[in-house]
Amino acid sequence: MADHLLTVSHLHKHFGGIAAIDDVNLAVEQGQIHAVIGPNGAGKTTLIAQLSGQIKPDSGDIEFGGRSIVNYSMARRARAGLARSFQITSVLMPMTLLENVMLAVQGSDGHSFRFWAPVNRDARLKDAALASLAAVGLDDRAEQIAANVSHGEQRQLEVAMALAMKPRMLLLDEPMAGMGKEEGGAMVEILNRLKGKLTILLVEHDMDAVFSMADKLSVLVNGHIIATDSVDNIRNNSEVQKAYLGDSHA
Amino acid sequence: MKWLPATLAARVYALLLLVLAFAPLIFEWIDQPFYLDLLSRALILAIAVISLNLILGFGGMVSLGHAAYLGIGAYCVGIASYYDFYNGWLHLALALSVSAIFALLTGAVSLRTKGVYFIMITMAFSQMVYFTFLSLEEYGADDGLVIYSRSEFPEFISMDSSAGLYYWVFALLLASLFFVYRLVHARFGRVIVGSRFNEQRMQALGFNTYRYRLTCYVISAMMCSLAGMLLGNFTGFISPDMIGWARSGELIFMVIIGGVATFFGPLVGTLAFVVLEEALSAITVYWHLIFGLLLVALVLFGKGGIHGWLSRLERKVADHG
Repeated sequence: MADHLLTVSHLHKHFGGIAAIDDVNLAVEQGQIHAVIGPNGAGKTTLIAQLSGQIKPDSGDIEFGGRSIVNYSMARRARAGLARSFQITSVLMPMTLLENVMLAVQGSDGHSFRFWAPVNRDARLKDAALASLAAVGLDDRAEQIAANVSHGEQRQLEVAMALAMKPRMLLLDEPMAGMGKEEGGAMVEILNRLKGKLTILLVEHDMDAVFSMADKLSVLVNGHIIATDSVDNIRNNSEVQKAYLGDSHA
Repeated sequence: MKWLPATLAARVYALLLLVLAFAPLIFEWIDQPFYLDLLSRALILAIAVISLNLILGFGGMVSLGHAAYLGIGAYCVGIASYYDFYNGWLHLALALSVSAIFALLTGAVSLRTKGVYFIMITMAFSQMVYFTFLSLEEYGADDGLVIYSRSEFPEFISMDSSAGLYYWVFALLLASLFFVYRLVHARFGRVIVGSRFNEQRMQALGFNTYRYRLTCYVISAMMCSLAGMLLGNFTGFISPDMIGWARSGELIFMVIIGGVATFFGPLVGTLAFVVLEEALSAITVYWHLIFGLLLVALVLFGKGGIHGWLSRLERKVADHG
């Protein structure tokens, strides 16, 4: 059996009478980019929210690195090495890009009950943060206020922050959301550079991007995974085409 | 000139601190000793407002119960003195530990809530303190408690003279300013400020924001209790009146007048508040009305308080010259 970093088994989540996540089983292999695709409302973001600890599942288990993390808080999962980005841009808008990423480094660098030494002169935080900014091509924008850079750059900042946490695995919630063609292309390039170095679970709407990056695909429809396979096999799977891809990809 | 502070606001604050450092001499020179008492009271309140600004401004935790910690600090002096304990270190230890314990217990509950609920619950806890002291017949109940002798610190200058007490207050004010400055720029402060902007994001970065905010709340309460200890010494009298929620509201106003989440805002805000209160009440008995209208105008039009106004003024001058 392959080496699975993240294993989701029999995950259930109901909101009222609606099954948002219905018996989801998922295994992400170490070092792979595993994409979850599905139509709007299929439960993709709900799935990410449960993996990151934002929402508690009704039942089922999530194993990360061989340990059940289903009862961990969001912060504890992050410290365990499971970093996420948000679909709706969720950076600290009034701070500079550098300050944002420095906080991300700080979060994975022991406790922060340090009351005296100024962060500005903390070379360890600064160097690591600049390296993460460079990895997404934002190092020349480090001193800009996050609110003042473009939407695409904010999305890149999201990824830089996730990288700065030195995670074992990235959960990316629609990193291309709301991006134009060019910006989306830049993001694909960034993620392709991470390929092989980092395990990534990617939830994405943009089919072309997913097909060009992912090692493996799972198709989520109505809270249920109807197929998990290689990119080529999913492309040719008639059930998937019917449920999701529709005419445009036929 | 490199040694000059860079911004207009910083120059104003530097000048202000210089004046404050020599205030006892200045007031003696113009033969107005009463003003030194007024200034002492203002600076004591400023320490309380600095502590409130730490959680309200930098941390985004709007507490409407901070006056409770002024009261706790003052009653620690008052009740210890009532039993003939005048040792200042004992007063200090009491004020800091009692406030820390109370803040830890009430903060642990309050910080489970957000927004308006946090405001209401902090107010409820402070009213609890208020009514407790109101019902304690032994310590004067609503008549209050007279403190006959000031805290004794044999190692330092005595608080007994007006100037002696003033320099105690001034020194602790400087310490508070410096402490908050370092705190906000340290790793801890970054977490506190980040949690104000986007708490969920901070959790996703691995921070247990609840623990950091609770710690910040306790630190702020202890600082405020320190101010309360000084206030008890200064007035020589403590009553539940000091604790009511209206007092907490005044502290919030002082933060807003000076400039929320700025380092010197609480100091200038408190000075402006106390001076205005004093000046208006000397003019007319209906001063509350004018004062209220002024506060409303300030909140509506004075964006960023006095600090914000100084910064805008500088930009305007720079644009024209």
